[in-house]
Amino acid sequence: MTDPTAREEMLARIRAALGARPPAATAVPRDYQRVGSLGRGSAEVLDLLADRLEDYRATVVRVAGPDGVPAAVGALLAEVGSVVAPEGVPDAWLGAITADVRRDEPALTHAELDAVPAVLTGCRVAVAETGTVVLDGSAGQGRRALTLVPDRHVVVVLADQVVHAVPDAVAVLAAHPERPLTWISGPSATSDIELVRVEGVHGPRDLRVVIVGRTSS
Amino acid sequence: MSTYLGMPTVRPHPDTPPAAPLRWGPSFPQAARQTLRDEQLRANLRTATRTIRDKRRRVTAELGDWEQLRDAGAAIKADVMSRLPELLIELEANVTARGGVVHWARDAAEANAIVTGIVRAAGAREVVKVKSMATQEIGLNDALAAVGVDAVETDLAERIVQLAGDMPSHILVPAIHRNRAEIQEIFAHRMGDAPPGLSDEPRALAMAARAHLRARFLRAEVAISGANLAIAETGTVAVVESEGNGRMCLTLPRVLVTAMGIEKVLPTFADLEVFLQLLPRSSTGERMNPYTSMWTGVTPGDGPSEFHLVLLDNGRTRALADELGRQALHCIRCSACLNVCPVYEHTGGHAYGSVYPGPIGAILTPQLLGLGDEGGPFGAHDPTGSLPFASTLCGACYEACPVKIDIPSALIHLRERALHPDGGHPPTATDLAMGAAARVLASGRLLRLAGRAAALVGRVTGGRPIHRLPWPGSLWTRVRDVPGLPRRSLSAWWRDRGSR
Ligand code: SF4
Repeated sequence: MTDPTAREEMLARIRAALGARPPAATAVPRDYQRVGSLGRGSAEVLDLLADRLEDYRATVVRVAGPDGVPAAVGALLAEVGSVVAPEGVPDAWLGAITADVRRDEPALTHAELDAVPAVLTGCRVAVAETGTVVLDGSAGQGRRALTLVPDRHVVVVLADQVVHAVPDAVAVLAAHPERPLTWISGPSATSDIELVRVEGVHGPRDLRVVIVGRTSS
Repeated sequence: MSTYLGMPTVRPHPDTPPAAPLRWGPSFPQAARQTLRDEQLRANLRTATRTIRDKRRRVTAELGDWEQLRDAGAAIKADVMSRLPELLIELEANVTARGGVVHWARDAAEANAIVTGIVRAAGAREVVKVKSMATQEIGLNDALAAVGVDAVETDLAERIVQLAGDMPSHILVPAIHRNRAEIQEIFAHRMGDAPPGLSDEPRALAMAARAHLRARFLRAEVAISGANLAIAETGTVAVVESEGNGRMCLTLPRVLVTAMGIEKVLPTFADLEVFLQLLPRSSTGERMNPYTSMWTGVTPGDGPSEFHLVLLDNGRTRALADELGRQALHCIRCSACLNVCPVYEHTGGHAYGSVYPGPIGAILTPQLLGLGDEGGPFGAHDPTGSLPFASTLCGACYEACPVKIDIPSALIHLRERALHPDGGHPPTATDLAMGAAARVLASGRLLRLAGRAAALVGRVTGGRPIHRLPWPGSLWTRVRDVPGLPRRSLSAWWRDRGSR
């Protein structure tokens, strides 16, 4: 339990340390770009997202509209035996899947989840500039373990979920900061051995992204 | 074959794991003399630091507003320090409101007692750990071992270091001092479940680690992490990582304990837009690291059902009291200053004898331990006293630092503190010159000049085989030298100044 003595003493130490000469309180200059220059969901921003995702070794499939999603998802899951799809994933996305579709009801145990080779989700927001997809656990995304234990993660990103820069995404997420957030930029990776990048360690080794919306070319 | 008694061909660094991870071993010059003999180590480091340096330069140049982001980061950190008590109270209230438990730890022993208490209450004999500087700093793994709990490091490099019985030598890449052959040997001999015929290919080694850790993730009851930042306004805590071991630890176990230095708190959720740009680009040189996890207290049905946040002082308030030195607390542990430091590149991390090596370590470690403080743990005879001298003052760290910590000025200031441990004896002539130099340099006017001189000396002597340091060796061996400064003009300056 919280020790009131420790708490009070630490706060007292901090106040004493700041003492007579605390750091001058200056206003924080925020003249960095707080809004990305590319429009949300624009063809340019989708192109940038695709480019940055591929740069970090994710597989990207572009489809022009929602009608293209089932076939794309089906192809990306063609050879797996089963896939978990959390509640809220539109039935339409599952239309061309040949794999056994598992639901997380009742919640799968870690061991059960470990036996499922793939997961299909949507996302909350995507950042084009950094090639990042953010999940917040709301409908169609599932609890965090679902997108972590299976080795392949197929995620469908809708055009209006794609923003240009990090500040744009933070603004979107600020509506529900309390939700568990997972920012995903490419498959898991390590550079711990002689700085050689190895893709795929503990998180999904295989990230596949379906981007739904127009291309600029 | 003779009986296997440890790892004959893998160099232990250092020989015995230190009892005090914040500062162990001999003074910096003595330790550096040792590590400078290790040609292999220097070759490894040169390649590694250059690789990260280039990547960082590329991705920071990509952002047109990089300098504005640095300015914002620096200002946010200064603001945090000025209202630290209220921000910590706000953080505590918001974590608590969302079902988390906040603990306050004055020192390492108190933090270790809190964490071991939680682990024992959960009935766990094994815990999985996310790489964390704070838990290294307090020696948590040893504390857990003492009560029969096996703490398994799950970051690849951290696991390498742990299996080797080694100490980390870099903030971000703790096993930067090991090459693939050494790592292969460590895994083959120490992992217990390494695949037969394991090669030394990085991919094969990483996959061996994956297999080795997977079962442990899936069965873990308790996880222990650090935190890259926490948001006072919302109670949100974040861990930034690459491998997914962090996500495993933060998501699968029933109980999560996070230890965090008090300086890591940020005021608002919107501040994430600054630090999620500064940190990945400065540390791994990526636009974004593969995974960032954020959680706010406990979310029913998703992740741990029990969350503890341990707020750690352990000398931070000591550092905070130093008006100039307190900026060391702004550090976001990106490790950019290590990668650009000519001293670090030559001596390696172990010479600093601390979990915090490199330029940031040279200013943080002494302050956490109360350099020269009468009441500090070491009093006037302070083994951290040599650390502020482990620099050429070339200023590369300052230029690289995403939150603009003026490390050179802090170093000079701390040199002065090291020279006057008791706060004032009749000064010698050298002391006076040193103090004067410190003040001039702190004002920034001569800093560039001094840096150039030091860099020049480095270039001239740098090519030779080194059994002493490539810039003025006296810099470290005779602590009272003023590095790279034209002595005559300095004394002239001092005379003028003194006669006023
Ligand atoms: S001092 Fe600056 S450059 Fe060095 S690790 Fe800290 S934040 Fe990074």
